[in-house]
Amino acid sequence: MGITFRKETFRDDYTFRNSPDHIRRFPFPFNEDSYMYAVNIEPHVVGPKGSVLENLIDVDEHYVAEMQDRALVLAEDPLRCQSLPHMTLAGWDLLELLMEQQALGYPEHFTLERNGDRWRWINRPLGINDTFTFGDTSTLPYGPMEYITRQSQGDFCILDQRDGNLWMDAGMVTTQADWSLDFDIGMNFFEWHAPVPLAHEKGIFTRALKFLTNIQQGKPARRLNWTMTINPRLDTSPENYHKWGPDRATVTPENVGDKVHLRVELQSFWRLPRSNGIVFPIRCYLIKMDELVTQPKWARRLHRVIRDLPEELATYKGLTRYRPTLVEWLSKLDDGSPTSPGFGPD
Amino acid sequence: MAAKTIISRPIYGTLSPQPGKHHLFIADAEGALAITDMAGKAPPGFFDGAEIVFIPGREGKHIAALEALKPAQLHLPPSFASLVPRLRQTLTNAHMGLRIYLAGTEGLIGQAMQVALEAGIDHTSMQTEHRGSLARRMQCVHCKGITENVTTQPALCSHCGLLLLVRDHYSRRLAAFQGVCINAEDRSENPPMEEAFP
Repeated sequence: MGITFRKETFRDDYTFRNSPDHIRRFPFPFNEDSYMYAVNIEPHVVGPKGSVLENLIDVDEHYVAEMQDRALVLAEDPLRCQSLPHMTLAGWDLLELLMEQQALGYPEHFTLERNGDRWRWINRPLGINDTFTFGDTSTLPYGPMEYITRQSQGDFCILDQRDGNLWMDAGMVTTQADWSLDFDIGMNFFEWHAPVPLAHEKGIFTRALKFLTNIQQGKPARRLNWTMTINPRLDTSPENYHKWGPDRATVTPENVGDKVHLRVELQSFWRLPRSNGIVFPIRCYLIKMDELVTQPKWARRLHRVIRDLPEELATYKGLTRYRPTLVEWLSKLDDGSPTSPGFGPD
Repeated sequence: MAAKTIISRPIYGTLSPQPGKHHLFIADAEGALAITDMAGKAPPGFFDGAEIVFIPGREGKHIAALEALKPAQLHLPPSFASLVPRLRQTLTNAHMGLRIYLAGTEGLIGQAMQVALEAGIDHTSMQTEHRGSLARRMQCVHCKGITENVTTQPALCSHCGLLLLVRDHYSRRLAAFQGVCINAEDRSENPPMEEAFP
């Protein structure tokens, strides 16, 4: 049986919600009661049934609504999708990867038929049925990266590998946690991470780059990252910061549970076969506090993590203005009892 | 010299003569002194294969000192914008063995490097030396407009009027620092503008 796709919004009236089974499968990012950066990269292998790792490219109940939101963002600001001229081949690599993975994981929703270079792609949730020639951009309505990422949840960065570094040379970035593709495109791994505090000094990026440049085809890797967002807004871009920034001043003890969302990025890293690039999908999951605290272990642990977060990290993640209100609200759900090991709910 | 801050912030060096057949210098204002300082270390005949492009600015200083180096060509455009078509042409027709030297304000170095990058020249192969004003070119992340010669922190976007924090995050492709609204969360907050990049 297929996924029941929700009709919901990530702006204006903010009707986004998680169903009970999507709450349980939420990729809670803390496996202990405190948080600090680490090179938390592990092989991206299939995980338990019912988890977000059941398939390597996850499609969930928010798929259709997220794709509608992406189309709105792109109509307002086409610079969110850019590809430097040498990245077209990598775009075809990505198209193949996402079509294969979505058709493999969700055959009731997606079908890929291949006859030599002549491909047929059926995307039932979005009502798409296209035949095209693989490698011939004139046979698609958009470039290959844009075409397939308008049909795939999450942001996508395609990194070119040269000179022992990775270069952010193409991307579809509409659900970002406050970084600008338009500004960062063309930068190398260290440059686009330059604004991140603390991690450079810890050697995080040097080790991460070494790992990523050695990723092999067919052996993807993954890590989790997190931040918080007020209202279930996907488009928390710096471009629109002056529009969504004021939301951070609207958190009150009465509305914390509804307004404050934990935002988790499941980042994965895949070697692309023809271009030798790396694609870096950044899949965003949102959960409001009211939903998250239905799992008592998560409530207790999140309280301790947010309360004890180093000030620099809290500032970088933009929590400063509402952290006291959030911690006070969460503290009422923390009886001080121990939490079980691991990420999952009890 | 600008203080080292974050990794995307450019680091400038001191010009030194490189092995090569042709040498293209682009400088403005005090950048001329970086070239004359370097000349003392250059082998005889070095400037026979050199073109110096110098944007003297209003005061018109340092021209005689550059003439004294007897470069193969000395070009004095009135502004960077007026130089761009010629520079593109020069770089399009350039051969292997051309070395590029950029000296002067950050805005000049950044914009000249931007044109060279578009011509396919690797940024690490260019010599740079910062002299003179610390004024920044800033891209407003919101409206995408570029504001030239920003000397204050925060600074007003000359296009959309938002009050922007001038970050150290720098894009070579845009030849600009990033400006992000400083009071986005509460527009009633108006931090004072201070001279930060004189």
